[in-house]
Amino acid sequence: MRAGLMRDLLVAMLGLLLLLALPMVFPQPSLRDFLIYVIAYGLLAMSLNLLVGLTGLVSFGHAAYFASGAYVFGLLMQSGAVSIPLAMLAAVGGTALLALVIGAICVRLKEIYFSFITLAFQMFIHSIILTWVDLTGGDQGLRGGIPRPPFLGIDLGEAHTLYAFAAVIFVLCLLVMRQVWQSPFGYTLRMIRDNPARANFLGVNVVRMKLGIFVLAGAMASMAGIIMALFVSGAFPEFGFWTTSGEAIFMIMLGGTQVFLGPVAGAFLLQLLNHYVTIYTHHHGLVLGVVILLIVLGLRRGVADFAAAWLAERRATVPPAPATPEPVKTKAAG
Amino acid sequence: MLQIEHLCKSFGGVAATRDVSLGFPAGSLTAIIGPNGAGKTTFFNLVSGHLRPDSGRVVFEGRDVVGLSSLEIARRGMARAFQVASLFPSLTAREAMIAAVTAHQRRSWSLLRRFPLDGSRAKAEELLELLGLAGKADVMSSSLSHGDQKLLDIGLALAMEPKVLLLDEPTAGMGPDERWRMIEKVHHLWQAKRLTMIFIEHDMDIVFKYAQVVQVLKYGAVLAQGTPEEIRRNQEVIDAYLGTDHHLALAEEA
Repeated sequence: MRAGLMRDLLVAMLGLLLLLALPMVFPQPSLRDFLIYVIAYGLLAMSLNLLVGLTGLVSFGHAAYFASGAYVFGLLMQSGAVSIPLAMLAAVGGTALLALVIGAICVRLKEIYFSFITLAFQMFIHSIILTWVDLTGGDQGLRGGIPRPPFLGIDLGEAHTLYAFAAVIFVLCLLVMRQVWQSPFGYTLRMIRDNPARANFLGVNVVRMKLGIFVLAGAMASMAGIIMALFVSGAFPEFGFWTTSGEAIFMIMLGGTQVFLGPVAGAFLLQLLNHYVTIYTHHHGLVLGVVILLIVLGLRRGVADFAAAWLAERRATVPPAPATPEPVKTKAAG
Repeated sequence: MLQIEHLCKSFGGVAATRDVSLGFPAGSLTAIIGPNGAGKTTFFNLVSGHLRPDSGRVVFEGRDVVGLSSLEIARRGMARAFQVASLFPSLTAREAMIAAVTAHQRRSWSLLRRFPLDGSRAKAEELLELLGLAGKADVMSSSLSHGDQKLLDIGLALAMEPKVLLLDEPTAGMGPDERWRMIEKVHHLWQAKRLTMIFIEHDMDIVFKYAQVVQVLKYGAVLAQGTPEEIRRNQEVIDAYLGTDHHLALAEEA
């Protein structure tokens, strides 16, 4: 048990070092920007996978909490009354509360009905953002930029610092989610995913457990929204549009649902396609579609899940090589 | 321990359970038999709170539990295993047992510690040993043999340290030899855990050999109840259920 935790901390440290080293080795600003996108959307996809991969709840409305984090944070910073850490806390707390209210209704429904009602709530929040122009700026988004006053000697106005800050937050959030994934709570969620009726007969309060993870996933998604808001210095209605939820689902499908870091691999792939295919062709949607079709029809699961299954199979057929340390399961991406 | 009084349930126009009154004393081993469609599984669903009866009482340890949710009834100490093993396919046998024990210990919310918790693990290992599944503990539940899946299903129910255990056809889908091994294990569990056990069974030889009391259901109503010896000689039961072959066989024995 302790060994698992130490291993995760070690992997996290290595991953963080890699993230921090990359922009130093390749100093182009475009790479840094690309990585921030991977971080923000990777975090969104990871938080969604707490619902999809761990609990078997396919939410189509997860971007609502991404947007909620970005808007609450942006508005608080624009008010000028609070510091960045305080605004972050308030944005996460506020989003958790929002997820609690919406989740209390949604988690009572099953399967496709759950998916639809989460989508409905997201569209509701999206239209509030669009119509409450005085507060949110409507379809123009939060205008005038988000101030980033220095705190504790950290100046997020500086691009390198902002990147490092995002990387640290990202890795911390992944550690929290890893702990959820490996805790008794996480295993109870797997029971619910596999067989909710039986879990109920074994004394598991299925509805409350689902609500718990729904709130947690929402809070984590708001963290991703905050990183995005900090980076683009604004918040836009698209953050809460169904296409953003759809992208998060794409990332999970590309990367895989069962390997812990699969969604990050998916986010990396999708951002890679988005950023670099557009350089060569206007038809990047077509390329994206073909790649997703190839992965879905060819591998029939995300790349990380496929790799994990392939490795497991290889280890099963090849006689076990002694003295080889057990490969770290969570190496799909830094 | 468990007292059923005038239980009734209809689906549309079909009465699945008609005025069933049965008593199950603490520590008893009761078999429920009856032809297909006699309402045996419905009876379990009513008792365990999965279905709500139209009328009647289910008195469990002196308290009427009708109207309580299946979750609350389960937590009071009534566990069940299923006709088709109801498992967690992506968990190994050990993981599933530990998770079930964790749920029973009300530690499912534990977020700050890692799975498995020591206390849950020891209890789960003990149960796996008792069931004879210790050697297969790291096999995925979905990859276990049919018989082992049925055993694990019962094991999950035992993780709740139940007072009453409802087994819906523990030997369903098994060959003759496997049936006997299974029921011997079940009988052993009943003795080891001092449970009040109720099982549905189709194999008459098994019922007559192991049950203390046999309840016969037909069209949702109690046709007869008594010791295996009494049931074996009950003319109504012979006509309705055991059929002429048994009748003849008994006649020859006599």
